[in-house]
Amino acid sequence: MAISFEIPENVQQMTQATAFMAQTYMRPYSRQLDENEHERPKEFVEAMWPILRDQQKATLDKLTRPANGDGEKKKRSSAANLRLMLLVEQLAWGDAGVYLCLPSAGLGGFAIEAVGTTEQKLRFLSRFAEGDKPVWGAMAITEPGAGSDNSSMSTTAVFDEATNEWVLNGEKIFITSGKLALEESNGLVVVWATVNKAAGRAGIKSFIVEAGTPGVSIGKVEIKHGIRASDTASIVFNNARIPADNILGSAEVQATKEDKGFKGAMATFDASRPIVAASALGVGRASLEFVKEKLAKNGIEIPHNLPYHKLTAIQRDVLEMEAQWKAAYLLTLRSVAMMDEGIHNSLEASMAKLKAARACSWIAQKTVEILGQMGYSREWLAEKWMRDSRIAQIYEGTDQINTLIIARRILDYTRRELA
Amino acid sequence: MVSFTPTDEQQLLLDTIRRYAVNDMRGAAHEADEASEPAHDVVRTGWQLGLIPSAIPEELGGFGEMSALTGVLAAEELAFGDLATAMHVLTPALFAYPLVLFGTAEQRENWLPLFLEERFVPATAALLEPGIFFDPYDLSTQASSADGQICLNGAKAYVPLAENARVMLVYARNVETGSVDAYIVEKGTDGVQIEKREQMMGLRALPTYRVHFNNVVVDASARLGGAVGSDFTVLLNRSHVALAALAVGVARASYEYARDYAKQRVQFGKPIAQNQSIAFMLAEAAIEIDAARLLVWEAAWKLDQGEDAAREAYLAKQYADQMVLKVADAGVQVLGGYGFIREYPVERWLRNGRGFPTFTGMAMV
Repeated sequence: MAISFEIPENVQQMTQATAFMAQTYMRPYSRQLDENEHERPKEFVEAMWPILRDQQKATLDKLTRPANGDGEKKKRSSAANLRLMLLVEQLAWGDAGVYLCLPSAGLGGFAIEAVGTTEQKLRFLSRFAEGDKPVWGAMAITEPGAGSDNSSMSTTAVFDEATNEWVLNGEKIFITSGKLALEESNGLVVVWATVNKAAGRAGIKSFIVEAGTPGVSIGKVEIKHGIRASDTASIVFNNARIPADNILGSAEVQATKEDKGFKGAMATFDASRPIVAASALGVGRASLEFVKEKLAKNGIEIPHNLPYHKLTAIQRDVLEMEAQWKAAYLLTLRSVAMMDEGIHNSLEASMAKLKAARACSWIAQKTVEILGQMGYSREWLAEKWMRDSRIAQIYEGTDQINTLIIARRILDYTRRELA
Repeated sequence: MVSFTPTDEQQLLLDTIRRYAVNDMRGAAHEADEASEPAHDVVRTGWQLGLIPSAIPEELGGFGEMSALTGVLAAEELAFGDLATAMHVLTPALFAYPLVLFGTAEQRENWLPLFLEERFVPATAALLEPGIFFDPYDLSTQASSADGQICLNGAKAYVPLAENARVMLVYARNVETGSVDAYIVEKGTDGVQIEKREQMMGLRALPTYRVHFNNVVVDASARLGGAVGSDFTVLLNRSHVALAALAVGVARASYEYARDYAKQRVQFGKPIAQNQSIAFMLAEAAIEIDAARLLVWEAAWKLDQGEDAAREAYLAKQYADQMVLKVADAGVQVLGGYGFIREYPVERWLRNGRGFPTFTGMAMV
């Protein structure tokens, strides 16, 4: 190994192709979809579905292929997380809300990939690999009374031996693409619920709930500050019955190893946090490019060969925005490269997510400030990017929770030692 | 392929420097700082790590492996030990590396073998100038040429090891073209006046001097790169990344010390690190150190690829300048009252860290 920042040729090509999609199917609809909150990004979904479907098919085909070409298989997938990061960064540059409407298994897919058996992967992910109609997946963890403290969730899963089914009861909120997954397509939701409240974290398991399951309904569809094109819904479970083998991982409650029941969720976060970071980076870059373009049109260039005393306040701001963006980008790049190398990345994933979310919110806010009344106007997209960027500091763990995770790791403290 | 893992050789070098930093540099840093005197035996040991000889071309007896990336890895580790000694050991590079990059065959043959010796040979460069508004592209020191000779006039500041330097590179603005060039000036040349040592807030163990050039005449062949000259921007970029890497090292020293202290210091019946107010400061520091390091690595990697890295180097330097101040400041705060006592190293790291925005051109990879 050697330190390198070389993006492989094929990944660069993919990135360019994605940039084209973002320009063609996202940007032109950005304002309209923001103003008409629950309208769906039809053009984008139609353009992306065949691509994502075929990718999912290729991934599933690898699962069923005989195990001989092992080395080759490993080699080909070795930049998978890097690809995803750069793909998402490009799409979020197009539109962060529309990006979240990607017709794919989404976060639910991350969970199934992380903890599902081969049989489960084939059974549940095949719907994302076939057909003409787009399909969505979602992930349901948050509850009205359980946000960052998701181990205190109260949605229950009780096993009914008579019918060999799990029975779910409770309410999940803030589910990205929840309605798309359950009402507008033949999708699925990965639902986290407790099988034994007294066991705390160890009692928490994840279950796959498919569209059309009786007792499952969409409650509220949220109206939001930003990412308005994204569908955010609550899901109510009222004696919803699902097959016994829809549980991801083991049904055992291991009282000794406290965190085992949570392993799945945590593994999901290691993969998903860099992706949230990537989406923040996309919005941040959109803002940064836009403000530089507007400044250039007004004769203001951003130099990199002047000492501090020769820079104007705006030049200093934009240089700082650039440096912050780059720092966030590199932390994210590191977190995905480590995953691709098979190196444990929990700490780095949280660092990347925290830094990227914060930096890019700041960049978007600064852009509005620098552009003055035009920054604040809905005529341009700067104000929208500022609203869109803000969510990255909140979902997949707030800035504060991520700081806490980082602090525990660097100090080698348990949850009890650093609460 | 994107990767953040150093090569085996780089890792070996890092391990060696780490041992030197912890076993030699750390033990001598406080006393050297208090006495404002270099720890000469530690400098000697540091020189024997052979960092500069490894960058000198093979045909001249070196190892021919000049790499900005290896350079920044080494610089961070050295500064983790002690900034003054790190910059002392690396000062000859201020003279040697520009010659490796841009020197004429004659300049390289004349001077580079000097740095292959086992003994530390002081050589340096003079870029900074007195006054508050320094701009490396707009130097007051002037070079004018006549009759195959060059005449230098002006004043330089913060020139490390100037008093003992066998030879130095002097950066000056060509009065006719306005371009910035470097000139080789040997010890004892007429008109070179080395003043008393500068007294600074930090970096006290590194002797630096103000130097005056009064009608200093050198042969035209003393211009770095001869008739072709050199690319000042490239040299400045390499200096930016070197300084930024040193800043990361200082910040890491302060952060690790504060982190370990916070886990041991008990107040209200528990280690202070168990409070979010302390733990979050440390988490913040950890992120910012990593962020700055990655900016440095990327800029250095680009330099090694032969790409234009001017913007990356500039941003990395700017970022690291701010980062080290913030982190070293947090280090002092975590130690509370002890942070203010000179017996503890964190206040020295704050003093040293504060200097980075000022140290333009004082290190090179």
